[in-house]
Amino acid sequence: MSRPADPVTGVARPRASAAPLHGLLLAGGRSSRMRRDKAGLAYAGSTQLERAMALLEPHVERAYVSVRPDQSAEDLRARFAQILDSQVNLGPLAGVLAAQARHPEAAWLVLACDLPFLDEETLRHLLRRRAPARAATAYRSSYDGLPEPLCAIWEPHCRESLAAYVAAGGQCPRQFLLGADTELLEPLKSQALDNVNTPEEYGSAMAALTPSAAAHNAPGKRISVQYYALLREQAGRRDESLVTRAGTPGELYQELARRYPFTLGPDVLRVAINAEFRDWSAPLADGDAVVFIPPVAGG
Amino acid sequence: MSAFRFSRTPIAPEELRAELADPACGGYAAFEGWVRNSNEGQSVRGLTYEAFEALAVREGERIVAEALRRFGAARAACVHRVGELAIGELAVWVGVSAAHRDEAFRACRYIIDEVKHRLPIWKKEHYLSGDSGWVNCERCATGGEHAHSHAGEQAGADGVRAAHVQHRRR
Repeated sequence: MSRPADPVTGVARPRASAAPLHGLLLAGGRSSRMRRDKAGLAYAGSTQLERAMALLEPHVERAYVSVRPDQSAEDLRARFAQILDSQVNLGPLAGVLAAQARHPEAAWLVLACDLPFLDEETLRHLLRRRAPARAATAYRSSYDGLPEPLCAIWEPHCRESLAAYVAAGGQCPRQFLLGADTELLEPLKSQALDNVNTPEEYGSAMAALTPSAAAHNAPGKRISVQYYALLREQAGRRDESLVTRAGTPGELYQELARRYPFTLGPDVLRVAINAEFRDWSAPLADGDAVVFIPPVAGG
Repeated sequence: MSAFRFSRTPIAPEELRAELADPACGGYAAFEGWVRNSNEGQSVRGLTYEAFEALAVREGERIVAEALRRFGAARAACVHRVGELAIGELAVWVGVSAAHRDEAFRACRYIIDEVKHRLPIWKKEHYLSGDSGWVNCERCATGGEHAHSHAGEQAGADGVRAAHVQHRRR
C-alpha cells in the first residue's frame, strides 16, 4: 500500500509508527574479485562511495559508512560518519548487526557500495513502498526473483531474529530475508541493482556512466597515443594520431580495445595525459598526448 | 646532473658515486639491481627494459626529492637502464649521501622501492626456453585468476617476488 509523498522531496512520509530511518553504506567488503577497492572505483569523476553517500544522505536522518576497523582511517572512508564491524568474516551482515547495535531503535536503509546504476527513482520507490510493520522491505531480483538485501530497508524489529540467525551460523543476508517477513517489491528497472564485481563489469559500467562527448555532438579531437611494452606489441605500433569523440581516457581505451587485441583491462592500467598521471575520467582536450600504462616492473 | 635519468649504456657506479661526494656527509649508501638468471622458476637469459621516459624522469625526480626531504639526506641520484641487458648487468643504481648512515640507508631503500612501484618502466624477460614475457603483464590480463596488484611488489632484478592479490573474505 502506498502513502502520500512529501510534495517537496517526493519521499514518502513515514507513518507515526515508523521507526526513524538511518542510512548504511556497506563499504567493508574485500573486493576480492575486483582486486581493487570497489568503494574507490570512479564513475564519471566520483568514487562509488561518494556517489552512493550523496544518493543516500537526503533520504535518511543520518548516513553512515560501514567499515572494518582496519579501514576506518583510509582517506576515502574517514570523511564520513562510520560504523565499525565488531564481527569478522561475516560479510555484509556484520555491518547490519553493528548498525543495529549502535541505533537499535532505528530502521536502516542498507546499500551496497557496488551498485553504480542505483538511481534516485529506485531509492524513492523503495522508500515510498516501505512496510514498517514488516521485518524488511526489499526489491525482488530481476534475475532470480529472490530478495535484494543490499538495497533494502531493515526494520528495527528484525534485530533479534537476525542476531539469532547469525548465532546459528547464518551469513547470507538474502537467505535471512527469505526466511523473514519481508515485503518484496517488483523491480522498477531491470538494471538498477546490477552489481559490479569484476574488472570487466567495471569497464562496461564506467563506459555506460561516463557522460559521452559523442552524445553531446562534440566535435572530434585530435589525440596522439603512445604505446609501450605489451600494449605496443598488441597494437603493433609505437604511436598514432587519431581523431576521436571520446571525452575521457576511459572512453578512448574502450574505443582502442575494439580495434586492437588488448588483454589488459582498465583495472590494471594507469593513464597519463601529457606525461602526467591522470584519472580515467579526466577530460580529453584537442592535442592531448595519451599513454596507457601497463603494470610496471622497473628495478 | 638530473637526480633521475635513464642510460642506454652500462652504468658506471664509481663515476656516479663521485657525484654524490660532499664534505658535510659522513655516510653513503648505494643499491645496485642486477639481472638475475631466473624468475618464478624459469631460466632467464636476458632482459629488455622499456620506459615512458618523459613521465618516468619527472616522477623519478619527485621520488628522489621526497627521499631527501623525508629522511634528511644530502644528495641522491638514481639511474635506470633501458634496452637489452645480459645476466649480471647492472639494471638500476641508487646512491645517497647523508650526514649519517641511517638517513643514507633509509633514503636509498625508499628510492628503490618507489622506483619499482611508480615509474612507467617495463621489463621483458627472455627465457632459455625461447619464450619471452612482460613481467607483471602476461598474467594480469583482465579476468586472470592470479592478477598482480598494480602497485604491489614486482618481481625484480633484486629478487623481490611478486605479491599475488589474496582472495579474502570480509
